[in-house]
Amino acid sequence: MGMTIAEKILAAHCDRREVQPGDLINCRVDFVMANDVTAPLAIQEFRKLGVARVFDPQRVALVPSHFVPNKDIQSAAQAKTMREFAREQGCVYFEQGQAGIEHILLPSRGYVVPGDVYVGADSHTVTVGALGAFACGMGSTDVAIAMATGEIWMRVPPTLRFIYHGRLNRWVDSKDLILHTIGQIGTDGALYAVMQFEGEALRDMSVNARFTMTNMVAEAGGKAGIMPVDQVTLDYVRPVARRQWTIYEPDPDCQYAATHEFDASKIETTVALPFSPGRTAPLSEVVKQDIKIDQVFIGSCTNGRLEDLQEAAEIMRGKKVAPWVRCIVIPATQDIYLQTLKNGLAELFTEAGCAFSTATCGPCLGGYMGVLAEGERCVSTSNRNFRGRMGHPNAEVYLANPAVAAAAAIAGRIVHPEEVL
Amino acid sequence: MTLRGHVHKYGTDVNTDVIIPARYLNTTDPQELAQHCMEDEDPEFVRRVRPGDVIVAGTNFGCGSSREHAPIAIKASGVSCVVAKSFARIFYRNAINMALPILECEEAVDGSKSGDELEVELESGAIRNLTRGTAFQAKPFPEFMLELLQAGGLVEYTKRRLAGKA
Repeated sequence: MGMTIAEKILAAHCDRREVQPGDLINCRVDFVMANDVTAPLAIQEFRKLGVARVFDPQRVALVPSHFVPNKDIQSAAQAKTMREFAREQGCVYFEQGQAGIEHILLPSRGYVVPGDVYVGADSHTVTVGALGAFACGMGSTDVAIAMATGEIWMRVPPTLRFIYHGRLNRWVDSKDLILHTIGQIGTDGALYAVMQFEGEALRDMSVNARFTMTNMVAEAGGKAGIMPVDQVTLDYVRPVARRQWTIYEPDPDCQYAATHEFDASKIETTVALPFSPGRTAPLSEVVKQDIKIDQVFIGSCTNGRLEDLQEAAEIMRGKKVAPWVRCIVIPATQDIYLQTLKNGLAELFTEAGCAFSTATCGPCLGGYMGVLAEGERCVSTSNRNFRGRMGHPNAEVYLANPAVAAAAAIAGRIVHPEEVL
Repeated sequence: MTLRGHVHKYGTDVNTDVIIPARYLNTTDPQELAQHCMEDEDPEFVRRVRPGDVIVAGTNFGCGSSREHAPIAIKASGVSCVVAKSFARIFYRNAINMALPILECEEAVDGSKSGDELEVELESGAIRNLTRGTAFQAKPFPEFMLELLQAGGLVEYTKRRLAGKA
């Protein structure tokens, strides 16, 4: 029987000619990652194993991203635990000031390449699947085992195919495609499965825009998100890759558990309402509710890339953030931060009255740098709006693309971007 | 192994942000995490939970972040087992890896209310609601998962495997 891209990658990593959904395999991993929240637990479990060294220090990355620069004594202690372990083991490590969010940083520096099996102790590890790799989020214990042995147990997932025909409308981007998709299939619509994305609408999309889609596979319950490798992928990978990559194509007779087809030209700009990424509505409906807001967050592993910031900047150019609204803009990595300093975006956002910060996950998970008070409302370009996610359990988060978020910051309520242009 | 305790029942999509909010992720101490277990879903949970109690919930329990702090908080709060209609995949792995028993059984979820007393037999997946005198059968664990649970979790299992190799 033919195999999907994901099945081929997994088969190649357990030395089998064929795997099928449901097979339990012990699988080699090409790269392993943990961050400052998940690494301390992973290190604790690693020590229990009685193994002295990680399987390959050049294939284990520890990235401080969530509570850095450290927000309190406890988070400083966690970052310290991770730093000392990285130093002891000689792992790939990025210090605060040279780092950023791992899901953007690692692929942009070529640590993960097409055809890899990549596991990370963070649910949004799936982001990197847009490169045609099998990227899977796991817990700290799983990652400790992968760090020690270079292997992980895995149940081969079925693959769901998502095809986007046609071209995107103006003001509709990859964020809208994935929000719309999760709204259709639900927050467990891809539970335990691989989401394979393809179609005309993705063909001209940059890898950075594609990452936004695979990023939110986590919000549909998926085990991995994957996209076929094309010229756009190779143009991204070639200048940065640290290893040889492998391109896997699906067999013509491979089996998909289901195929979902969309007419991308009919998908509207989409917003996810509190308290679920699956509670989506077209922006055209949401604006009728005249939703006033207190905060806007532009950043995160979903939409903190340079082109996301450019999209927001086009809306904010020459304008001011609405009175009584705060707008927080955070580039996802220090590389992007540096580019915004050089190309004028940092100045543009600051002139507009935004709080503009060094790279971090920041307010996305309500750790620090923009926590919401009771009753407050935020429009965010991040990926989750669960109750309490960004602060008080009675604060609300609306998820949207960068243009919609920027427009909300200018108007002080949720509006169509054209309304503020 | 037979577990017995009272039910704390919740709805669908109980996510890791409400099981243990990120504002408490600056520690890995199980007892500290347990003090905030379920805080944004049910602020009364920590006061009411007794050793052996069972969390019962709808579909997609544990969705969201990969934080292992969520099953750690549940286990350290005294909960003996979670019964849900389905589990999010990372939570499922995390729970099995740390030997927190979790069972999938739609009928037991529909047939139980908060406060009911449940008896769960882990190996067979038999669930009895002692308050209502009803019985249910959960999906049995695949053999490999049962091995992990019986070994006391993935670390113990891997230690044995590595020792066997050496």
